[in-house]
Amino acid sequence: MNTNILNFIVTLFLAFIFSVFLPWWSVMLAAFVSAILFSLKGLKVFLIPFLAVFLFWTGYAFALANGNEFTLAKKIAILLPLDGNPYLLILVTGIVGGFAGGIAGIFGKQCQALVKK
Amino acid sequence: MKYLKFTISLLLTAIIFYGLNTKFGSVPPIGKFLNPATGIWQNEKDESITGIVSIDGLKDKVTVHYDEQLIPHIFAENENDLYRAQGYITAKHRLWQMEFQTMAAAGRLSEFIGEAALNHDRRQRRQGMGFGAEKTIEKIKEDPETMAYLEAYAEGVNSYISQLQPKDIPVEYKLLDYKPEPWTAKKTALLLMYMTKDLAGSDNDLEYTNALRMFGKERFDLLYPDFYDVIDPIIPKNTDWSYIDVPLTETPASELPLDTISKTIEKPHPDNGSNNWAISGQKSYSGNPILANDPHLGLNLPSIWFVMQLSTPTHNTFGATLPGALGIISGFNKHIAWGETNATRDVQDWYKIEFKDNTRKQYKYDGAWRTANLRVEEIKIKGNATFVDSVRYTHHGPVTYDKNFMGDNELAGYAMKWSGHIGGNNARTFLELNKGKNYDDYVNALKHYTAPAQNFVFASTEGDIAIWIQGQLPNKWKGQGKYLMDGSNPGHDWQSFIPQQFNAHTKNPERGFVSSANQHPVDESYPFYVFNDGYETYRNRVINDFFNSKDTFNIQDFRDLQNNNYNLKAAELLPHIFNTMNTSSLTKEELQIFNEIKSWNFYNDIDELGPSIWSAWWSALHSLLWDEYKVDDVALKTPYDYQTIHLLKTKGNDAFMDIIETPETETAGDLFLISFKKAAKSLMDWKAQNGTYNWNAYKATYVGHLLQGLPAFSRFNLPIGGGRNIVNATKKNHGASWRMIVEMSSPPTALGIYPGGQSGNPGSRYYDNFIDDWAAGKYRTLNFMQTDSNEDGIIGTQTLISD
Repeated sequence: MNTNILNFIVTLFLAFIFSVFLPWWSVMLAAFVSAILFSLKGLKVFLIPFLAVFLFWTGYAFALANGNEFTLAKKIAILLPLDGNPYLLILVTGIVGGFAGGIAGIFGKQCQALVKK
Repeated sequence: MKYLKFTISLLLTAIIFYGLNTKFGSVPPIGKFLNPATGIWQNEKDESITGIVSIDGLKDKVTVHYDEQLIPHIFAENENDLYRAQGYITAKHRLWQMEFQTMAAAGRLSEFIGEAALNHDRRQRRQGMGFGAEKTIEKIKEDPETMAYLEAYAEGVNSYISQLQPKDIPVEYKLLDYKPEPWTAKKTALLLMYMTKDLAGSDNDLEYTNALRMFGKERFDLLYPDFYDVIDPIIPKNTDWSYIDVPLTETPASELPLDTISKTIEKPHPDNGSNNWAISGQKSYSGNPILANDPHLGLNLPSIWFVMQLSTPTHNTFGATLPGALGIISGFNKHIAWGETNATRDVQDWYKIEFKDNTRKQYKYDGAWRTANLRVEEIKIKGNATFVDSVRYTHHGPVTYDKNFMGDNELAGYAMKWSGHIGGNNARTFLELNKGKNYDDYVNALKHYTAPAQNFVFASTEGDIAIWIQGQLPNKWKGQGKYLMDGSNPGHDWQSFIPQQFNAHTKNPERGFVSSANQHPVDESYPFYVFNDGYETYRNRVINDFFNSKDTFNIQDFRDLQNNNYNLKAAELLPHIFNTMNTSSLTKEELQIFNEIKSWNFYNDIDELGPSIWSAWWSALHSLLWDEYKVDDVALKTPYDYQTIHLLKTKGNDAFMDIIETPETETAGDLFLISFKKAAKSLMDWKAQNGTYNWNAYKATYVGHLLQGLPAFSRFNLPIGGGRNIVNATKKNHGASWRMIVEMSSPPTALGIYPGGQSGNPGSRYYDNFIDDWAAGKYRTLNFMQTDSNEDGIIGTQTLISD
């Protein structure tokens, strides 16, 4: 399996596991660990963990909100403000998580590069 | 290069972590907030209402049935378990609100809101809210049984908090980024202080002092009479008071300090009030007494009320609770029903304090110097250094105003004397009412009750109806506490209290009904001094006229009355205006508006234009008439509406009618016309901007979230009529916060509704599910379960067991 796919799957898997007992930054930790284990190149250093966490957070958020007719999501989307659109809120959620994951992925890559010499 | 990249990526990671983990202004910590595993997405659900939960300290099993309104029906084997379960279940649905209200009362909002709440917090502390709560706890400790229930309640709340996973904490905590702290008995006392301040924390002594100085005694008495020409008191006129053998306190020979006071602290909402009434079996369609109650408070989400059934083998009680307080506050059991309205008695007075020197350690009293105790208030502020406020306490109470707060005189201050600081065991009153079986139990329960003074209406299955005006009320000399008093003169102190058995009351009156709507409690014949501190004069007359209008009444009559939109105030002034106002100068547009209001039937229904025109017109008229009150740096209170209308109708040429800034001398007739033109202009502007000004759109009632009406969690533009001084007292953001109707059949049957929902979670469908029906004047049938084996209408059952 190529490294890109491995990194993606491991990030997703770790993010899921860590999220059970760690706060929100569990996705940063997951991306960081995954970046050390499966070194990526170029833009993908950011993009792959971004996508993995994006998928995890949007999917998770959608599943929770969909089960409750988006009752709260609609209200939070007024609060933030996103025009009351729950799908925009899910998108923003994914981007926030993905961005944190992506940056942590870059950091992991640089740590790995530092150790490897 | 490698190191540079490493450093940059480390920095970037740190920035992202910090940026997403931190609250900026009103923006929540966005990473935490949006994380699906622990953030707001976890609040996207209804509370779980099934399964078995273990709770520390339970002696026996407790069964909690939820009906389809999400009303919990708690069946416990003993009272300690009952109140422990009440604490647990209330916290489960309303934790954030319970804590927020008590933090607000304690002056601790700055801890999580930041500096913006500092002035609020200082006000609470300078009014001695914490001091009063401590006094309350001291008093309750004299009654170990009640104290034990308060502790059980607190432990029940704490059992819930300790089981709470971070992901499940209410969404408001996530938004403001803080956590719940343990509940204590003192927090319950703080909640009671919150209610006391809301209902008995208003007075106009300082404003009246300014008015007395400016206008003189004769004019003052014309503007602010103690009794109006027309009153319909709670205790019917011509009641025989000859059994009262305690005299009125004698007026001391002394001078009042006529200070100029530039500004006073913010007061509770002037419309905080309520309706209640009960009819006897003779007046009832079924022969059973019927009782109703609707408290008028700010319309908030989560609602101030949480409905519950609380049952043990010895009693079974249903009704509205206050999240944070023991038992049912407005409700019924198998034998009796009760409800409250505010008694609006003047139980808050102000004393001028003269300090010996600028250390403010001593103050003058009875020709000598007395020690003023120091209470240091430390207000923690999120993101800032702690603010320390020093408040001096005299034997009257806290020196609220001094050089540190709204005053500039080093050597003077104003101290507050307030029944809210006396300390009372009000919890006991409600515990006993919850268990009460008859009139005697009700009367005995009331004896413990101190403040805020309430009109307690009562009905029983035995067929009795009654109303008691209950509170610990000072026996004042005539005029005492109407104005600022001299804090150094012992004759100005409260001398004694009206003996409890002489508090005004009536049982089974001949007319077959009892009622109260915050009006005068009694007429002039009552031997004690009752001062008009803003008695309502309209709702009560509509209610009493209704019950005098026919022989028997049914439940539909009760529903109609609670939702009655008749505007008696408008009906008492408008015909006079129509007869006297010269309309020849009106433009075509103005004439159209004039004709609209002329054809109005005086009902504040949502489709009517009349109520909006009246509202705009009355406000313009009021402002023109009382232009004498627009004085910079002098705190004033304009006369009450009843007297205002009385003056407009009977003293149309009085000097007050003149508009000071015009060279002409205006009369009431001129004011009618000028104010009408102003109102017409404002209505036309409004129409150009918003479309029709029917009452629905113009009033635009909303129910606002407790956090300053956070729009996302509030409900706007609710189609409901009514208004100020109307039996359906629903204004823009204030009105019937709970409506209850109970027929004293065996067992009683009841209807109830409130503008909110049982869940405090904005993510729950039970958050606001009553609101539409409430606005439409509909009710929910309250499922008064007689046994815990009843399965009718139950959507979930939770069993609470001991660890």
